[in-house]
Amino acid sequence: MMGPMLAEAWHGMSANRLRTFLTMLGMVIGVGAVILMLAIGRGAQFQVDQSIASMGSNLFIILSGSSTAGGVRLGGGAAPTLTLGDAQAIAELPSLAAVAPTVPGGAQIVYGQNNWGTQVLGTTPSYLEVRDWHIEAGYPFTDSDVRSATRVALIGQTVAKNLFGEEEPVGKTIRIKQSPYLVIGVLAAKGQSLDGRDQDDTILVPVTTAQRKLFGTQFQGTVRFIMAQATAPEAMAGAERAINQLLRQRHHLQEGTDSDFTVRNLTAVANTAAETARIMSLMLGAIASISLVVGGIGIMNIMLVSVTERTREIGIRMAVGARQRDILLQFLLEAIIISVVGCLVGVILGVGGAVLANKITGTAVVITLSSVVMAFLVAAGVGVFFGFYPANKAARLKPIDALRYQ
Amino acid sequence: MASEAVIHVERLCKQYETAAGAVPVLRDVNLTIAPGEFVAVMGPSGSGKSTFMNILGCLDTPTSGSYVLNGKDVGTLDTDQLAQLRNEVIGFVFQGFNLLPRANLEDNVALPLVYRGVTKTARTAQALEMLEKVGLKGYGNSMSNQISGGQQQRAAIARALVNRPRLILADEPTGNLDTATSREIMHLFTRLNKEDGITIVLVTHEHDIAAYAKRLVQFVDGRVVHDGAVTHLEEAPA
Repeated sequence: MMGPMLAEAWHGMSANRLRTFLTMLGMVIGVGAVILMLAIGRGAQFQVDQSIASMGSNLFIILSGSSTAGGVRLGGGAAPTLTLGDAQAIAELPSLAAVAPTVPGGAQIVYGQNNWGTQVLGTTPSYLEVRDWHIEAGYPFTDSDVRSATRVALIGQTVAKNLFGEEEPVGKTIRIKQSPYLVIGVLAAKGQSLDGRDQDDTILVPVTTAQRKLFGTQFQGTVRFIMAQATAPEAMAGAERAINQLLRQRHHLQEGTDSDFTVRNLTAVANTAAETARIMSLMLGAIASISLVVGGIGIMNIMLVSVTERTREIGIRMAVGARQRDILLQFLLEAIIISVVGCLVGVILGVGGAVLANKITGTAVVITLSSVVMAFLVAAGVGVFFGFYPANKAARLKPIDALRYQ
Repeated sequence: MASEAVIHVERLCKQYETAAGAVPVLRDVNLTIAPGEFVAVMGPSGSGKSTFMNILGCLDTPTSGSYVLNGKDVGTLDTDQLAQLRNEVIGFVFQGFNLLPRANLEDNVALPLVYRGVTKTARTAQALEMLEKVGLKGYGNSMSNQISGGQQQRAAIARALVNRPRLILADEPTGNLDTATSREIMHLFTRLNKEDGITIVLVTHEHDIAAYAKRLVQFVDGRVVHDGAVTHLEEAPA
């Protein structure tokens, strides 16, 4: 039964090629748009996820500041209130896995004929753990380097490239603010941060070295911020409370007064960014789906016209013995063929468009099998859904009315 | 009775509901047609003969009364069973031929077989056989809208015959044809009736066409006013 029905459907479609093509075009554009938009949305999501992964997981950043000077409340970081002692105390908390006190600063780095301005971070070996950062070549500095404030440095990929080019950096001596530092390791590439900064454009030195030898400060032993990593995502809320309690105690703050530090949950910020990307991806898909529905309505429209045009044909078919389900199947098959063929072309165009977008603009695209399969199934469903009404209308015609139709 | 009637109609009424009230088209029609009969149905326009034919063809339903076709009470059948009955028992021939445009004669003739689930090769064989029977050998690939009216009607008859029906219902089959072609078509009907014993009921308003039949039924105002030999024709009012 299916064979001749398919032939009949094909016949009906080829009878009006332009119309069939235009109807199909609606589906092609719909499916193509869905796949392209999903690819771009997923690409953005993928990028954000990567940035988050490069940041490290379960992160807190504890900023000094929010101090009060002469009745004027200054913002975060305005006064250096955090110390290495604070960091050591926080590290004792059971809910924290690693803690890295950090002193950032900018400096001009010189190696041979090359020089490069970059960010220098004074920190402890835990920093690599907190940021989930690996060493590509050489070795990280150790706690004993921190204790004795040695002049050693770990350099990021961007710095290595700009200062050394093709040369091997490990074992070479660079000059930071005129003083010689031994490069003991090169950090692995991290890529962009969430806010678009190049994370590889950095140099790590022991925190004590930064404090005493690089960035002299009037507040001895203070750090600008402390990065802390909780043991697990579930431990974050408890860890945040514990850090607050501990630091208020250490800073001798009375009940009811403002804290002179700020604990910020970076993972929450990252999750917000991920959520934003997810919603954007969803919205792109939703907007594209509208064109899919419009394509479906196009199919319904044309099928209704087709049924009206071929009312007499339906009458003839009924007169020679076509049952209602034969007529229904004939028109439904037509709608399904249009949507499925349109869909296949749409998949090709959508995937091709995504690849092209990636080649031309460098937009990150991620095409997953699931999104293609989903778009295909939805489109086929749209064909059945919007094809059913006209087909049913045709099948329910009375033979005599259909035959008499002029 | 040895030969059960092909058509048995009792107290058949049909009325159309219009804004002005019910308009009766058929009033109390009683008719029995035995196998192998060749019946001409005549009557002026609006006499109800076409409506009667549509009911006989299971294309339309009566308002009241009973219709037994080939031993089956049509009033008790659902739409699928009616479709099956049309497919297996009846062959239709229309005034306007009603072939599918954009399809060749072979496909047109084979159409009833499609709804019977016959395979493609068997369909082709039977369609070509029927085309040969109606004198259209070699026309299988001709498109239905590219041949003459007479050839189209022959193809339509081939389509009516392809399921080997007991009954052929022809509604003004020569209405769109010239006299010579009409004669050919009527000879074809006569042959089918004589040689294959197919019961034929034919609506016409031309006396010389009705003259090919063996029995004449005349309708006036929805009633049968004459039912008998065709020889009565000469005296019948036009």
